Amino acid sequence: MRLLFAALTAVLVAAAPAWAAGSPTLERVKKNGYLRCGVNEGLPGFASPDAKGNWTGMDVDFCRAVAAAIFNDPKKVRFTPTSAKVRFTVLQSGEVDLLSRNTTWTMSRDTQLGLEFVGVSYYDGQGFMVPKKLNVTSAKQLNGANVCTNTGTTTELNLADYFRANGLKYKVIAFEKNAEVLAAYDAGRCDAYTTDASGLYAERLKLRNASDHIILPEIISKEPLGPLVNQGDQQWGDLVRWTLFALMNAEELGVTQRNADQMLKSANPEVRRLLGVEGAFGESIGLTKDWVVRIVKGAGNYGEIFERNVGVNSPLKIKRGQNALWNKGGLHYAPPVR
Amino acid sequence: MPRANHIPWWRTRRTQNVAFQVLLVVGVAVLGFVLVTNAMETIQRQNIATGFRFLNNTAGFDIVQTLIPYNETSTYARVLLVGVLNTLVVASIGIVFATLLGFVIGIGQLSSNWLVAKLCRAYVEIVRNVPLLLQIFFWYFAVLRALPGPRESWGLGDAVFLNSRGLYLPGPHTDQGFGFVLLALAAGVVGSFLVAARARRVREVTGVVTPVLPLVLTLIVVPVAIASAAAGFPVTFSWPALSGLNFDGGTVVLPELMALIVALATYTASYIGEIVRAGIQGVSRGQMEASQAMGLSRGQTLRLVIVPQAMRQIIPPLTSQYLNLTKNSSLAVAIAYPDLVSVFAGTSLSQTGQAIEIIAITMAVYLTLSLLTSAFMNWYNARVALTER
Amino acid sequence: MTQRRPPRVVMPGPVEWLRDNLFSSPLNALLTVLALFLVYWIVVPFFQWAIVDAAWSGTTREACLARENGACWPFIIQRIDQFIYGFYDLAQRWRVDLTLAGLAAGLMWLTLPGLPAKRGVGAVMLTAFPVVAFVLLVGGVGLERVPTERWGGLIITLVVAVVGIVASLPLGILLALGRRSELPVVKGLSVAFIEFWRGVPLITVLFMAANMLPLFMGVSVNKLLAALIAVALFSSAYMAEVIRGGLQAIPKGQYEAAAAMGLGYWQSMIFIILPQALRLSLPNIVGNFIGLLKDTSLVSIIGFFDLLGIAQAGTADAAWATPNTALTGYAFVGAVYWAMCFSMSRYSKHLEGVLASGEKR
Repeated sequence: MRLLFAALTAVLVAAAPAWAAGSPTLERVKKNGYLRCGVNEGLPGFASPDAKGNWTGMDVDFCRAVAAAIFNDPKKVRFTPTSAKVRFTVLQSGEVDLLSRNTTWTMSRDTQLGLEFVGVSYYDGQGFMVPKKLNVTSAKQLNGANVCTNTGTTTELNLADYFRANGLKYKVIAFEKNAEVLAAYDAGRCDAYTTDASGLYAERLKLRNASDHIILPEIISKEPLGPLVNQGDQQWGDLVRWTLFALMNAEELGVTQRNADQMLKSANPEVRRLLGVEGAFGESIGLTKDWVVRIVKGAGNYGEIFERNVGVNSPLKIKRGQNALWNKGGLHYAPPVR
Repeated sequence: MPRANHIPWWRTRRTQNVAFQVLLVVGVAVLGFVLVTNAMETIQRQNIATGFRFLNNTAGFDIVQTLIPYNETSTYARVLLVGVLNTLVVASIGIVFATLLGFVIGIGQLSSNWLVAKLCRAYVEIVRNVPLLLQIFFWYFAVLRALPGPRESWGLGDAVFLNSRGLYLPGPHTDQGFGFVLLALAAGVVGSFLVAARARRVREVTGVVTPVLPLVLTLIVVPVAIASAAAGFPVTFSWPALSGLNFDGGTVVLPELMALIVALATYTASYIGEIVRAGIQGVSRGQMEASQAMGLSRGQTLRLVIVPQAMRQIIPPLTSQYLNLTKNSSLAVAIAYPDLVSVFAGTSLSQTGQAIEIIAITMAVYLTLSLLTSAFMNWYNARVALTER
Repeated sequence: MTQRRPPRVVMPGPVEWLRDNLFSSPLNALLTVLALFLVYWIVVPFFQWAIVDAAWSGTTREACLARENGACWPFIIQRIDQFIYGFYDLAQRWRVDLTLAGLAAGLMWLTLPGLPAKRGVGAVMLTAFPVVAFVLLVGGVGLERVPTERWGGLIITLVVAVVGIVASLPLGILLALGRRSELPVVKGLSVAFIEFWRGVPLITVLFMAANMLPLFMGVSVNKLLAALIAVALFSSAYMAEVIRGGLQAIPKGQYEAAAAMGLGYWQSMIFIILPQALRLSLPNIVGNFIGLLKDTSLVSIIGFFDLLGIAQAGTADAAWATPNTALTGYAFVGAVYWAMCFSMSRYSKHLEGVLASGEKR
């Protein structure tokens, strides 16, 4: 009981709200000395802990970028693994400052949960993985299939829509955790495994023989994934949103982790504004003017983060495709810093 | 009255008791008020939807096993009902198997056969000391690994197939007019109860035993047969057949349901085994000796003398095991069996985000089930209590 | 007068023993054969899988892939640290070791017969030890803080179970007294509280803690703390019923004697009734603890990496993707749970025996 009481007191003290001017969330983060970030429990390429508990992945690197912007130290992050189901509650309750967990931006989530999507960090879409020996080459051939997926995601709804629209019969087996979905698929419980395509590439790696499984060409939904913050702290939302844009702008302007310092001497006015050589844009969101330098040096630009974690040279081998910048045929188009 | 002994009114036991209770009520009320205000504030600040209107919204997802008509356009209220029914299905089947196995284990522990007794003992000691969730996973993946794919199904004729998608059986489909048959069946059952009650009264008063079984069978079979014929035999059977990737038609017992039932039944049986053993050992030795002296065989002694008496001791803990099994069926969520917790407190909660309402409804369902079970137990206890004359 | 002969002592030989115990009747013989078959059918394949066909050495999954029909023990051997500590910082693991050693030493002192000052040690274990353990595990007072997100494996399992049982003890005592109280409001509230928690499954309580507690508290709550509060509330209801059983077993004379000595309600409870009732409840409290320890596996469903959670996380690791990884993990975790629960249930039996002989005198 004493233990509980002590812990309770500690938590109450730690969580005492700071109604200071500016962003209460930023104040709290600064006071804690670290950013609390909600991430996936284990999705290679996006967020997964290694044997020593070090987290890696795109979503993880985004958290590190935010931490770098605030503290100039990408390591000042604490990761909370969240299941698909509790992720919103974890953010709503203030247990984390930021949710960076491959979460699809939908209207109902944006408007009904008291949460705010700050942008799109990855354009994804739901696909299917099937064993090669099933001899299926298109999702349209999945009539009567048993499909494994996890609960508490939009995938269940998309699945229902897709099969209904195509007049196909199916059965959905919905598990609580990724590990169980994969284990059941691997044990032959289902004909197909459906989730976001990025997730399929990641999960496929965990199978005994990845080459025995193919990902079908059909993408049955729009899944713009992005980080979320709580509604009601506009400045914090701006900070997270512009961190995302800064990553993309840095890639667009050729600022990389390695050349960030040299780029300070660049003559390009856009680069000079981005890196805070001209103007002090960072200060308007409660940061310093060299915020983008901190971000890029701490975590790299968007392209570097992508290639490092999921790109063609990573185990996941995902092509940039829709996730290239707008001027390279993709969808990422970050507003300018000016 | 001696003045010295007079206690001022505020120090009497009575006043103190009242004051203490008032304080307690106020304390609880304040605590409740604080919690509710906190919740309201958070909800308002974060703009989370509240209330029970979501129950009428379209759920939009499919459920793999439904006892009542359901599709993607059904409402969350329907999801709730489907979940409750699925929970009841797994609980009631699990209870039957757990009871059967539990009695075998319990009686087996007292067997004069050394090997059987030790085996039953070992069963209890092993199964009882491993977490149920672990056993559920074990059975689920063991079952899945053992079963063949749909194209290599094990079949029994053209009617029954077993594969990793489930156990496929011929399924009845009811047509119009089936209501009449049900009505006839209900009438037959009610009639049978009346006949049985009358027979018991006759036996108690006169000691004459009337054979009831033939009469009861007639009472049930004849009306059902007539009603079926009149309605043009409104039940048709569909047969499972391989179509496309999987079997279609008939009814299917999901592997999740099988694993869950096996896990729940074997786990609960280890507790029921102990209850049965204790119940039988609780019957005094004299009863056993007396019935042997009367020339009853060992089987007869067990069936006619020991078990009926042991039941009085067995029933109360047995009911609480049934309740535990029902509550434990909520672990279905771990292996994707669509029970109440999985489809309602799981999928529906994350689709709507209305945690408070959904958890409250879920808990209320389980509470109702346990209150009903307790009520039944009290009723049964009163019925079998020793009536001393 | 007939000569008295000493009673015939027959040491049954193996043949007699077999006849008496296994083949006393045709039915019995049949049962024996069936049982032998059952044993053969279960035990032999299990030993084949777990020992004969198992992979024992190696550091990667290749060692296991070569042994297709056997357990993959290298998976456990390589990850044993995770099964014990989870992701607890490497350099700080001595703190966990120290806590576990303290817990083990305290429990041994309390359970081994013949050691002195049991009461004192018990008091220390219930008061000072939790504080020390809290500081050691969490950090503070000069120790580096280890966030609870990094805890896992056996520590999470033990922390949830031990905190659950220790925290539920005082609450359970109050509720048990409340339920036996003559004051209608106290009794009603206690009954409602107890029956509520006993009527709902633990998993819904954990969902409630994860989803609703933060809303009700109005502040953010550490995820582990939320689970601990839920487990403590849940188990206090069961604890209350166990202690109520102990209270009911105290003869009425004890209550009357205490009242006759002029002791008030609390005095008589604290000095006369509760010490006896708790002693009588001890076997059932241990039983309760066994149940709670097994139930802690449910926290893996809400995202903790307890023993079971670590096993599952391992099975989803590409580096260990083999057909037997999952089963090996489950078998190992099952064996660990079994060893803990079985030894405690033996201890509980032993306690019952001690108490029963104490009663006989």
